[in-house]
Amino acid sequence: MMEVTLLEDQYAIEMLGITKIFPGIIANDDITLQLKKGEIHALLGENGAGKSTLMSVLFGLYQPEKGVIRKDGKEVKIQNPNDANDLGIGMVHQHFKLVECFSVLDNIILGVEPTKNGFLQKKEAREKIMELSEKYGLKVNPDALIEDITVGMQQRTEILKMLYRDNEILIFDEPTAVLTPQEIDELMQIMRNLSKEGKSILFISHKLNEIMAVADRCSVLRKGKYIGTVDVANTTKEELSRMMVGRNVEFAVHKEDKTPGDVILHVENLSVASKIHKNDAVKNVSFEVRSGEIVCIAGIDGNGQTELVYGLTGIEPLKAGTILYKGKDITHASIRERSIDGISHIPEDRHKHGLVLDYSLEDNMILQRYFEPEFTSKGGTLKRANIRSYANRLIEQYDVRSGQGAVTKARSMSGGNQQKAIIARELDKKPDLLIAVQPTRGLDVGAIEYIHKQLVAQRDAGHAVLLVSLELDEVMTVPDRILVMYEGEIVGELDPKTTTAEELGLYMSGAKNNMHAQAGKEETV
Amino acid sequence: MNKESILKKPAVQALLSSLACIVLGLFAGFIVLTFIDARGAASALFDIIRNFFRYPSAPVALKYFGNTIVKTAPLLMCSLSILFAYKVGLFNIGVAGQYAFGTGLALFAALHWQLPWIVCILLACVGASLLGAISGFLKSYCNVNEVISGIMLNWLSLYTTNMMLTVVKETTSPYTKNIVNVNHSALLPNIGLDKLFNNNQYVTVAIPLAIVLSILVWFVLEKTKFGYELKATGFNKHAAKYCGMKEKRNTILTLIIAGALAGLGAAMFYLTGYEQWQCTQSSVPGMGFNGIAAAFLGGLHPIGAIFSSLFIQHITEGGAYVDKTLYCSQISDLISSIIIYLCGFVLFMKLALNKWLAKRDEAGSSKDAAGTGKGGRS
Repeated sequence: MMEVTLLEDQYAIEMLGITKIFPGIIANDDITLQLKKGEIHALLGENGAGKSTLMSVLFGLYQPEKGVIRKDGKEVKIQNPNDANDLGIGMVHQHFKLVECFSVLDNIILGVEPTKNGFLQKKEAREKIMELSEKYGLKVNPDALIEDITVGMQQRTEILKMLYRDNEILIFDEPTAVLTPQEIDELMQIMRNLSKEGKSILFISHKLNEIMAVADRCSVLRKGKYIGTVDVANTTKEELSRMMVGRNVEFAVHKEDKTPGDVILHVENLSVASKIHKNDAVKNVSFEVRSGEIVCIAGIDGNGQTELVYGLTGIEPLKAGTILYKGKDITHASIRERSIDGISHIPEDRHKHGLVLDYSLEDNMILQRYFEPEFTSKGGTLKRANIRSYANRLIEQYDVRSGQGAVTKARSMSGGNQQKAIIARELDKKPDLLIAVQPTRGLDVGAIEYIHKQLVAQRDAGHAVLLVSLELDEVMTVPDRILVMYEGEIVGELDPKTTTAEELGLYMSGAKNNMHAQAGKEETV
Repeated sequence: MNKESILKKPAVQALLSSLACIVLGLFAGFIVLTFIDARGAASALFDIIRNFFRYPSAPVALKYFGNTIVKTAPLLMCSLSILFAYKVGLFNIGVAGQYAFGTGLALFAALHWQLPWIVCILLACVGASLLGAISGFLKSYCNVNEVISGIMLNWLSLYTTNMMLTVVKETTSPYTKNIVNVNHSALLPNIGLDKLFNNNQYVTVAIPLAIVLSILVWFVLEKTKFGYELKATGFNKHAAKYCGMKEKRNTILTLIIAGALAGLGAAMFYLTGYEQWQCTQSSVPGMGFNGIAAAFLGGLHPIGAIFSSLFIQHITEGGAYVDKTLYCSQISDLISSIIIYLCGFVLFMKLALNKWLAKRDEAGSSKDAAGTGKGGRS
């Protein structure tokens, strides 16, 4: 045992020289992570950099080949998640672990229910939860069912779960991936409150802005190796991304000025019913997308963007309105007809719509064109050899990486490569109109840079691109025109070159609206 | 490295877990037998496994083997029905009712209308597929779970069949008339197969037909555009819709085909004249439910189903030979159903196998690491 010095005492948890080897891959190679008491410590790294493995080691899910873990300077053995829990380590997972049909209260006490003679004592639990909720500014309704509340409140429930168990070390795994911009701000505030109260926070992320905004220090991993730890106050976004990716990353999107051409998509007075409430999710929306331009639908999540795209692609029926595509009325066309006509759709949820996860990569690559003569014979049998060579071409051309190439199950691929596969499939159709919905959601900077380049290339080749995005950075840099959606209506049209994030925010929150004024002008003309 | 890759192959895993289930089932059956009467447990189990091999004379054994495969054909059809729907993400528990209704139509057509076998088979097939269509339609357009509608339809079809077949039953017994005596044209042709099984008249075209249909089901699922669509719908109906597949139509079509397979199975059994329908029956035939076990035991693979159906039918038949002086007469059904029940644990076995493999990998890799670590230091 090494002598414990006073200096080390200030660390809540230390992982020293952790090495974890899987057959054929060193997932963690001599990694050191030191979390000070009361700090917010960011753990930065691309997909596959070894963040998850390191956390699994901390939770006792894996035993490292080398290295020690220390809590408050004392070496500890963590054999399983219960050990981690006993040491006061708690985690909010990226995908919440909540029982949908239970109330917030029931979820929080699940597993540590206070009982008396075998009967639940919910009153005590409720008091403790309300106390915690007040102390840290975690607004929840303890009696609401999980399935009825917003993602933000679900996350607050997860945080309360950790606090209810008196955890001192809180791990947040990509906590902002599912949140709206406002919810992100709220979460940041909550994290600051927690650290002020002496909780130590480990914040796993690859969003540099958020790390810059909230973290005190940041440790960077790359391809299983420990790159270094920096004080966030003394570093820059560029510096961090260089540490993460190993090269300089372009944040600016380069594109030449281009005059848009013919109208490709013309939408008039489109309304789509909502599945959640009685009002329409999309109300009387009209806009155009021309060839050679990227139009971005900006807005806070849940303002009708999803339904608008469902309506445009034919997944949901329209309530009213017409859609003209290259002058042809496709209002009542089927999904398949629209796809064959040259509309490609990169869906919002790649697991729900974009991929058949249990199919191989090659079978996913032909999802939009399996019925074409190239892949299906006249007798209705699949031409396997053609499918393989087609998939291999796309894999090479779009640099889709996977364990076993074309036969890899889509489920086993990383998120970034799954998205690349979808992009390859959709772009290879040579679409005249590309509808890309949150195409960079949950991806690391390298992949985001790649996808933005593809979108711009699509535009430069003279095709129309309709981008739906929730990320302010993306909205400000990628498109040629911004349409802001608020409560199912388009409330503003902005030029990304002249507008500011503040102005955009005002439209997104419904405080400003420049469309009524324009409509009035048109009428007078 | 090579040893590992063999154990990790899906086909090997499926086979291993099926075999493990069989062993587990036999063991559990043995324990139950021991509890009832320890004296005869070993020999009773032996009787079950031995089935027709008990007859020393080859021609007699062959004849009884024929009986086993005559009943294997309908079981195989039911398991194909289950696995076909299962691949598309549907649980066709209505297979029992589809089988009963198929029986009703086939026998009614044969005995009352005096139609030839080919028409009887087609009627059974169409009727049972209609039942599937009802479940499919309810699932697609009214969001009624196919398990619920399937169970309801099971009862409806059982009593409809009982009512229909009462018209053609023997006056003195609850059983339907024997086709052999009423309408020879409705008997399935033997195409010479009866000669192979020591003149077992029940061995008919049904047996090769069932095998051909297994291969056809495999071909459709694995090699055709239609199968690609159906499986995509089964794995992820949202993605299927997204890429323009008609997921509602696919659901209905799947249950129609599943129903047709079950109906065919019924006709392929009852048109041999091997057994008559009991018109006072108050539960759906076990054939349908055994099909579920056969499908899972066969690793949800159409070719695997051939072997699993044969095995399950083999022990069911073998159960009849258990010594009735030591055990009550229901023992054979009890033991074979215990074995069949445990056959459903295939997926569990697979999981256990994979867990064990993962653990072994983990241990192996840490050993490797320790080795390299030492090497590095010296």
